[in-house]
Amino acid sequence: MEFVSIPSNDFLAILPEIGLLLLIGFTLLLGVFKKNDKNFLGWFVAIGLSLILVIKLGFLNPGSEQHSAWGGMLQVDAASYFFQIIIIIGAILTVLFSTNQNKFEFSADYLALLLASVIGMNLMAAASDLIMLYLAIETTSIPLYVLAGFMKKDQSSVESGLKYLFFGAMTSAIMLYGFSFLYGFSGDTNLFKISETISAGLIPMGIQILVLLMVVAGFGFKVSAFPFHFWAPDVYQGAPTPISGFLSTASKSAGFIVLMRFLMTTFSSNPQNWMVLVMILSTATMLVGNLLALLQKDLKRLLAYSSISHAGYILIGVASGSQLGFKAAMYYLLVYLFTNLAAFGVAHIVETQKGSSQISDLTGLIKSSPGLAFAFLISILSLSGIPPFGGFVSKILVFAAGIEAGMVWLVLVGVVNSFIGLFYYLNLLRTAFSSGEESEKLRISPSWSLALIICVLGIVVLGVVYTPWISWLNFASTNLISLR
Amino acid sequence: MNNSLLLYILMIPSLFAILLLFLPESKIRFVQWTALAGSLITFIASLFVWFGYDKALGGFQFEFIAPWFSAIGSSFHFGVDGISLPMVLLTTILTPLAILASFGIKEKIKIYMALFLFLETGVLGVFVSLDLLVFFLFWEIGLVPMYFLIAQWGGKNRNYASLKFILFTMGGSLGLLLSIQMIGLTTGTFDLVKLFELWPNISQSGFLSTVPLGLSLPTIKAIAFWAFVIAFAIKVPIWPFHTWLPDAHTEAPTAGSMLLAGVLLKLGAYGFIRLVIPLFPIESQRYAGILAGLATAAIIFGALSAFAQKDLKRLVAYSSINHMGFVVLGIAAAAYAMNVGDKGIIESANIALNGSILQMFNHGLSSAGMFFLVGVIYDRAHTRQLDDFGGLWAILPIYGAIFIFTSMSSLGLPGLNGFVSEFLVVRGAWDIFPLATALSMIGLFFTGAYVLKAIAGLLHGPRNNQWLQLKEINVREIFVIAPLMFLMLWIGIWPSWILNMINNAVILFF
Amino acid sequence: MGFPILSILIFIPLFAGIAILIFGRKKPEAIRPVALVAASLVLVLTFILWATYSIENAGYQFVEQFSWLPELGISYHLGVDGISIAMLVLTGLVVFTGVLVSWKINDRPEEFFAYLMFLATSVLGVFSSLDLFMLFFFLEIAVFPKYLMIVIWGSPQTRVYGGMKLTLYLFIGTMFAIVGSLAIYFVSPERSFDLLILEKAGFAASVQKLWFPFIFLGFAILGGIFPFHSWAPDGHVAAPTAISMLLAGVEMKVGVFAALRVAIMLLPEGARYWSTWILVLATINVVYGAFIAMIQKDFKYVIGFSSVSHMGLVLIGFASLNYNGLLGAGLQMFSHGVMTALFFSIVGMVYDQTHTRDIASLGGLAKKMPFAAFGFIIAGLVSMGMPGLSGFIAEIPIYMGAWQVAPIVAIIAIISIVITAAYILLTIRKVFFGELPAQYEASVHDISTKDKIAIGLLSLFMIGIGLLPQLMVPLIESGVNHILALLGGV
Repeated sequence: MEFVSIPSNDFLAILPEIGLLLLIGFTLLLGVFKKNDKNFLGWFVAIGLSLILVIKLGFLNPGSEQHSAWGGMLQVDAASYFFQIIIIIGAILTVLFSTNQNKFEFSADYLALLLASVIGMNLMAAASDLIMLYLAIETTSIPLYVLAGFMKKDQSSVESGLKYLFFGAMTSAIMLYGFSFLYGFSGDTNLFKISETISAGLIPMGIQILVLLMVVAGFGFKVSAFPFHFWAPDVYQGAPTPISGFLSTASKSAGFIVLMRFLMTTFSSNPQNWMVLVMILSTATMLVGNLLALLQKDLKRLLAYSSISHAGYILIGVASGSQLGFKAAMYYLLVYLFTNLAAFGVAHIVETQKGSSQISDLTGLIKSSPGLAFAFLISILSLSGIPPFGGFVSKILVFAAGIEAGMVWLVLVGVVNSFIGLFYYLNLLRTAFSSGEESEKLRISPSWSLALIICVLGIVVLGVVYTPWISWLNFASTNLISLR
Repeated sequence: MNNSLLLYILMIPSLFAILLLFLPESKIRFVQWTALAGSLITFIASLFVWFGYDKALGGFQFEFIAPWFSAIGSSFHFGVDGISLPMVLLTTILTPLAILASFGIKEKIKIYMALFLFLETGVLGVFVSLDLLVFFLFWEIGLVPMYFLIAQWGGKNRNYASLKFILFTMGGSLGLLLSIQMIGLTTGTFDLVKLFELWPNISQSGFLSTVPLGLSLPTIKAIAFWAFVIAFAIKVPIWPFHTWLPDAHTEAPTAGSMLLAGVLLKLGAYGFIRLVIPLFPIESQRYAGILAGLATAAIIFGALSAFAQKDLKRLVAYSSINHMGFVVLGIAAAAYAMNVGDKGIIESANIALNGSILQMFNHGLSSAGMFFLVGVIYDRAHTRQLDDFGGLWAILPIYGAIFIFTSMSSLGLPGLNGFVSEFLVVRGAWDIFPLATALSMIGLFFTGAYVLKAIAGLLHGPRNNQWLQLKEINVREIFVIAPLMFLMLWIGIWPSWILNMINNAVILFF
Repeated sequence: MGFPILSILIFIPLFAGIAILIFGRKKPEAIRPVALVAASLVLVLTFILWATYSIENAGYQFVEQFSWLPELGISYHLGVDGISIAMLVLTGLVVFTGVLVSWKINDRPEEFFAYLMFLATSVLGVFSSLDLFMLFFFLEIAVFPKYLMIVIWGSPQTRVYGGMKLTLYLFIGTMFAIVGSLAIYFVSPERSFDLLILEKAGFAASVQKLWFPFIFLGFAILGGIFPFHSWAPDGHVAAPTAISMLLAGVEMKVGVFAALRVAIMLLPEGARYWSTWILVLATINVVYGAFIAMIQKDFKYVIGFSSVSHMGLVLIGFASLNYNGLLGAGLQMFSHGVMTALFFSIVGMVYDQTHTRDIASLGGLAKKMPFAAFGFIIAGLVSMGMPGLSGFIAEIPIYMGAWQVAPIVAIIAIISIVITAAYILLTIRKVFFGELPAQYEASVHDISTKDKIAIGLLSLFMIGIGLLPQLMVPLIESGVNHILALLGGV
């Protein structure tokens, strides 16, 4: 028997995923022995993920290098690296928020599913082949369907899982149909090869546009862009809150890197088609998200709509199709990771102890738990784009990209939307900071405080110090641009 | 050649006013005497200026220049000449008397006295300013203490009267302010000494480059002229801008009325002489006839209105309109003579203007005296209706005598000051505006009528026994009126001590 | 580079605020002293800046520069010219007096004083920024302290509406300015947010004309330009006293200051092109604001609308684009800031004791609080442009500037003086004089010594500058000369 020799590069490319796989195994194993100490499992996974993160940060930084691995299945570059880091950080924080709670059974299964979806997302971030891409998306989605419905006793959670499943399955089907066109015309599944076919003019324009629409449906579902956003509010509201946070940050980031990579490789020859499409999506997404957010009474639903609208802002960066645009989108996603996880974290803490996540439950938060209130303040301000928090600079970058690309009207739509956004964000703050009657102090477990502190630090540091991250993003955006 | 004496004169009252605010409210006597001391020191300082002024040299003396708002070309430029010096003296004489007259006031005495002293600074500032913007500054500043004096210590209708007073004056000043700005902008300076040279001779070309109004230079100058005239006419007041005056005077406290009639009205007339005629000689000459007409109207209507009054204080108030009409008539005569070569006319105009300025001084004395005397009787009887009185001379012989003396000065009895100045005005104006002068002689007749009516109503006629218990005028009050009576008599007998001073400046006009 | 006085100035309140927030709950007695010390330090530092700024050398001084995001041309760049120094002094004064008059706040004091300090950092930062990005950075920091302070400590009837309206207006204005600024950033030859570099960028006339309205109007909304002024009275009335002082006294200046520094100084050609429209709007501001103030029945609304009127004068000064106009505008920014802070502080003192702001039900308060009456009268006289006070010093050059470009504007705008005099005098009379309503006979007392210090300090500046304008004028003048050079250099 002859071993196929695998190049070490290929190994290194999936080293973190191997680590994640091992972690799943250990977790399940530990879960058998440590049935009664669930929080221990949580800390174990969090530390395991952190180790993977440290390894990745310490040894696997590709710098400006880019190469493909596994026979063109994966693309190893700064962009995928960056997004994988976002995803892992998101997972760590989600795990930390998931511990110590009573809403659902926090178990080894839960953690294993979460880790499995992380593997899928990591692969999404690097995928450069249609097959890989589809597999990665499904690997991500299927555990998330289960996680969304994880609170088996809660009707709305089960409903949310099902809803997520149906929407997800439908959009993947459409996307897969689009992939089949690409394969059919080009005879290849590698994105670069397909790109060559397209630039050679072998695929008719009509088909190209059709494919574009179909594929964007799939990705649009992941990033919850209009008109594929309908699942988001229900799912976010019904799902366990840490999972909602995870969906709105890590999963969204994975969706965005796929979208950007796909658009930049496959349709690099005539970008104006997809740019127009993304512009329209961006406008509609921002408006729908923000306008519907105005009507919400439930904090998680509101955050869901706000999350939709933020997808719209990020799409401005994508639509500009420029290096600055991608940089802006990535920076936005990085900031958004900390910001939204903090917001969902607060929602989670309030919901766990007050029983519901109505906005009115926030009343008097400043009196009962000032620390939590200030974490909430910082995350909401970052969402509104107020300095000295990360949301400000990311919004400026996105708008700058839009203006650089000459899409002033789109930026003005963005401006009007951040205006609308500020309205409901401020109302949230007012509720949280109004005096209200004395209510008992909310119990905040150490893991939650740790997660919140990480989030707040992330928001503030990203809002004040830019140069290290931006120069990092330079490589990532250059990689994406040079795919053209 | 900076001489800071004028600066001291301006600052002393204000410094004393600030000092007063820090004194204990309960020590009424102390507050009163401090205020009096402040105003007396100012008076003494002004005597130094009066006697230090070199008549042989003429022109502006005691000049003081310090930068103020150099960015737009305005500076603290003070100086006095023969026109402003009598006004300064009048102010520094009347203020201590007004303060002495207010010793009866018990309420909020500190602020009351402080306001008087601030008022003195404001008024003196107008008289000594040789910078257009600084002139305006003091012009407006003076309004504030007066407003509060009327609004706080006035009669029943004081709110209405005080607001009317300040809004009329401020509203009237808007055009003045705009014109001042335009002049400053065009010439680049606010210094009056320079402006007297620059502004009248400004040429169309140099003008339009900075102020593109689209109007011709003469038009703009005419508009600016009228803006000045209206602002000052309201202050004088010239008919038909006089309606604020009876209200303000009637409602003001006694000492307030003394200063209002004695000094504040002079500001307007002073503005005419100091600013309007030198800055707008051509326009002045052109519109002098209208001015004379208005003056005549003021003289006649003022006298008729005074005659119709039943309230003694209102009567005196209207008499001011009548007397100030003569001032304006003289000014109109002088205005007419600008740029007219005729020697005879210049001679007459010279006399008229001398008369005007002297009339300002005299009216200051007599109206202050009259208002004071009305105040004296009101303090005792709490009414001012002529119908309520009668036969008081028998009860209050000293008061009666003083009242008649002062009224005679107001009436223009030869031998007293009023006669000298009115004679000079009429003599000077006769050559220039014979019709207006003739008509104003009719006004003079009514002047006699209303003064006699006042005397008759108050002092003669059937004795009203209600007033038997009235107290005679006291020593403090005599101290107030005595200097005024002395000056009335002295100017009436020997006017040249003051006329020399005035003429010295007036001859430079023509 | 030397001693980083500006950074220290900006960060003192920030750190004080954070310290108050963290330790205030445990040591409530230390909150106010810490805030007062921080505010005093700010005040002293601004005085030092004022005293040591070299007017002969003019230009930007006390410069500090560190790279921040060099790739996009963003740097941490601080520096002040004459106009900014005046604004810094104003901020120092208002923050200091704001702390004094807020001494009695007992509801969540640690938050109140911390937010007040954050607000101070924000405005100090804007006035010292020489980098456009940084300017926006500091400008937007103010959003949340403003909003929260209004909705938490504001007057219960209108605080939700007023706070939201104010915050949203200011936010949208800033966002438009950001869009315009980004647009000119991308067409500048050397992509940089550095104001000194952008000043020399020499934008094409078409660019300037297109983007000037975005930037100018965006910022001018913060200054209350007609027809986007209605946030000002509503917001200021709803706010607690110290915040009304800071918002009307300083934040409105932030808006017009930024409009000057960014829109006019970077896009002089655009400014010239649009100046007529600004003049029209600003004139409406002046006259309309005064008229509306006159018919108000609420004490605080009178002041709120008077601000609209006075800020119009600043805009007229800007739009005249000449020496006089700009000089006057700079002076008016300072004068109005001090004046309106004084107004609002006294309105607050009256309200604290009488619990009403209805003019008709007040009266005779001068008997009970004579010093407050004195302060209000001084502020009122400044507001009506009485000579000898700072308002006159500011208004005269503005009118002269207007004369040079559009005499009709000067003629129309000057009407506002009489209207202002009317409503100010009526308000003074009705609130402070006349009969004291019986229910206040026992309940109203004289104001505290701290309040008196606040009133005295603010009054002193208005009188001082009115009598001795040389204290402030050369400073502003040095800044104006630089602007004129930019305007002439096109």
